[in-house]
Amino acid sequence: MTTGDIEFILEVRNLHVAYFSRARVASSAVVDVSFDVRPGEILGVLGESGSGKSTLATCLLRLLPANGEIQQGSILFEGRDLLQATPRELESIRGRRIALINQEPWVALHPTMRVGDQVGEVLAAHEYLDKKSRRERLRQVLEGLFPAETNRISFSYPHQLSGGQRQRVLIAQAIACGPSLVIADEPTASVDSATQREILTVFESLRRGFGVAIILITHNPSLLVGLADRVLVLYAGRVVEIGPTESVLSHSLHPYTQALLRCLPPPLCGANVVNRKTKLPVIAGDAPKLNTLSLGCRFEPRCEDRFEPCRTREPLPVSPADEHVVSCFKFGG
Amino acid sequence: MQPLIQVESLRKHYRDGKGLDSGHVVPALDEVSFAIAPGSTLALVGESGSGKSTLALCLACLERPTSGRIWFGGRNIAALCEKQLRAVRPQIQLVFQDPASSLNPRFTALEIVTEPLVLQRIWKRRQTREWGVALLERVGLSMEMAGRRVGEFSGGQRQRLAIARALSLEPKLLILDEALSALDCSVQAKIANLLLELQSSFALTYLFITHDLAMAAHFADEIAVMDRGRIVEQGIPEKLLGSPQHEATRCLVAATPGSIVTLNIPGVC
Ligand SMILES: Nc1ncnc2c1ncn2[C@@H]1O[C@H](COP(=O)(O)OP(=O)(O)OP(=O)(O)O)[C@@H](O)[C@H]1O
Ligand SMILES: Nc1ncnc2c1ncn2[C@@H]1O[C@H](COP(=O)(O)OP(=O)(O)O)[C@@H](O)[C@H]1O
Ligand code: SF4
Ligand SMILES: [Mg+2]
Ligand SMILES: [Mg+2]
Repeated sequence: MTTGDIEFILEVRNLHVAYFSRARVASSAVVDVSFDVRPGEILGVLGESGSGKSTLATCLLRLLPANGEIQQGSILFEGRDLLQATPRELESIRGRRIALINQEPWVALHPTMRVGDQVGEVLAAHEYLDKKSRRERLRQVLEGLFPAETNRISFSYPHQLSGGQRQRVLIAQAIACGPSLVIADEPTASVDSATQREILTVFESLRRGFGVAIILITHNPSLLVGLADRVLVLYAGRVVEIGPTESVLSHSLHPYTQALLRCLPPPLCGANVVNRKTKLPVIAGDAPKLNTLSLGCRFEPRCEDRFEPCRTREPLPVSPADEHVVSCFKFGG
Repeated sequence: MQPLIQVESLRKHYRDGKGLDSGHVVPALDEVSFAIAPGSTLALVGESGSGKSTLALCLACLERPTSGRIWFGGRNIAALCEKQLRAVRPQIQLVFQDPASSLNPRFTALEIVTEPLVLQRIWKRRQTREWGVALLERVGLSMEMAGRRVGEFSGGQRQRLAIARALSLEPKLLILDEALSALDCSVQAKIANLLLELQSSFALTYLFITHDLAMAAHFADEIAVMDRGRIVEQGIPEKLLGSPQHEATRCLVAATPGSIVTLNIPGVC
């Protein structure tokens, strides 16, 4: 089976993940999450700190810490249920078919090894290629990421590269074995805006050049504009809204998404003189603690649009517009 | 009006001992000159490695500039000896991006905000405590949080704590080095609002270092752009962003994911 034949490369259904305290008290970090990823698609996952983004990323690869547990649901990757896979099968999927890119580019690279060799090492560990085809594949990957100066970069040590270049090396490692899905958890959290753009451009060309599907996790909505095909918004472990990027970010339906976007400083259009140094809109209250959740919609305590049904139970996903799904009683729920 | 701080031809050269060509001199700051009026905010933007944090450290008297002058309170603080600096340092405080790393995890919130006072041995214990509680309240941390330790606070609360600590000696200049960068946008908005509020009630002057141009334009009276150790352009936000003159400014503007503008977000633009 080739990935071109299937509609979805990843199908996540009713996923529940909880962490257990030492006293075995569970707190649910991911609740009833369902979504799909199409081959070659960029899916943006938007959520604040603690909303469950990293939990989702790690559980998709079955890499949760020891006190984390997938309690329910299914993760179908290229038709196989990862929750039923044996440790051996998982090992062959990780890195080879699904790659994870983490937040910290500095810690992940070996300081005294040339970066070309570091990418080559990944290939040697994972792929059952002979030496010659391995070298060929290495060249192809490095050329893809550093078209202008493949050789110079490949013979450099990490400290000789800029933040953006180091992040590219990590991406090269991630895609070396030709995965069909890359999960990038806040890949630009610690870099400046120019480097940020540079890295995002790389993701765009990965999708174009290698046909890789990407789950791009971030807390910054503006990164997803013009890059993600669809956006999924997480709040306290739940999907509150999912749909095409343009719909979710310009015509958001869920009160949380709307409030979140309002918090951003006014964009640069003509640098608004009138509003300069005035208060930015905020979302009242704090993100909920997972162990003190009450019945009803998780956003209810902070929601300006709340009304009677909101406290009775959690709203169900409904689809008021094509491909755009929202979980809120205002739309039926 | 007299500027609160005026910098003239500041240079800072590091000797690069790590690289292949060791002994090579890195001009982290090169002929930097600017002034900030009291009670106003200057935003400093620029690519990674352009020298922003080096400038912050020099102004806070934590690094010695190689040459140049920093006029503050009628004196060139770049030329003061260590003993004289002790009186200057409290007036210029720094807040960093990652508050966790600069806050002692074993201290309670109250101990963290009052430590600078205790070290300076200015006040009696009760007075110090009262000031500490007032400061915590001022940044939005309640009385019952005073006894908690750093680990029990969220990222936004830690940044509030770091700000309260920086304010404890009643500084005139607050240097915010990427102080909002690590925060979620909803928390970022709250801290930005807090800083604006504090500025007007204490007549604080800010040097606001950021790579977020939109936040700089919203938050500052003027923006200065740094490129390879130099300030290449400076001006009021609408002028600087409306018609950027220098290549580095144009790059930053182009790289800002401001295209969200064109997607009419409710309440924005
Ligand atoms: N202690 C040091 N020794 C040698 N070089 C240094 C030292 N500190 C900074 N530099 C160099 O000085 C230049 C300016 O660094 P600085 O940290 O001020 O940049 P920055 O603008 O704050 O960057 P960022 O946006 O990444 O925080 C860089 O080239 C850096 O490598
Ligand atoms: N190892 C862990 N043990 C217990 N709780 C955890 C652990 N990792 C994360 N959590 C909790 O799960 C929730 C989601 O965390 P996380 O997935 O890291 O969120 P995000 O990546 O969106 O910031 C948070 O409430 C967090 O405190
Ligand atoms: S369900 Fe109710 S409380 Fe929840 S987001 Fe919708 S309106 Fe607000
Ligand atoms: Mg995370
Ligand atoms: Mg810096």
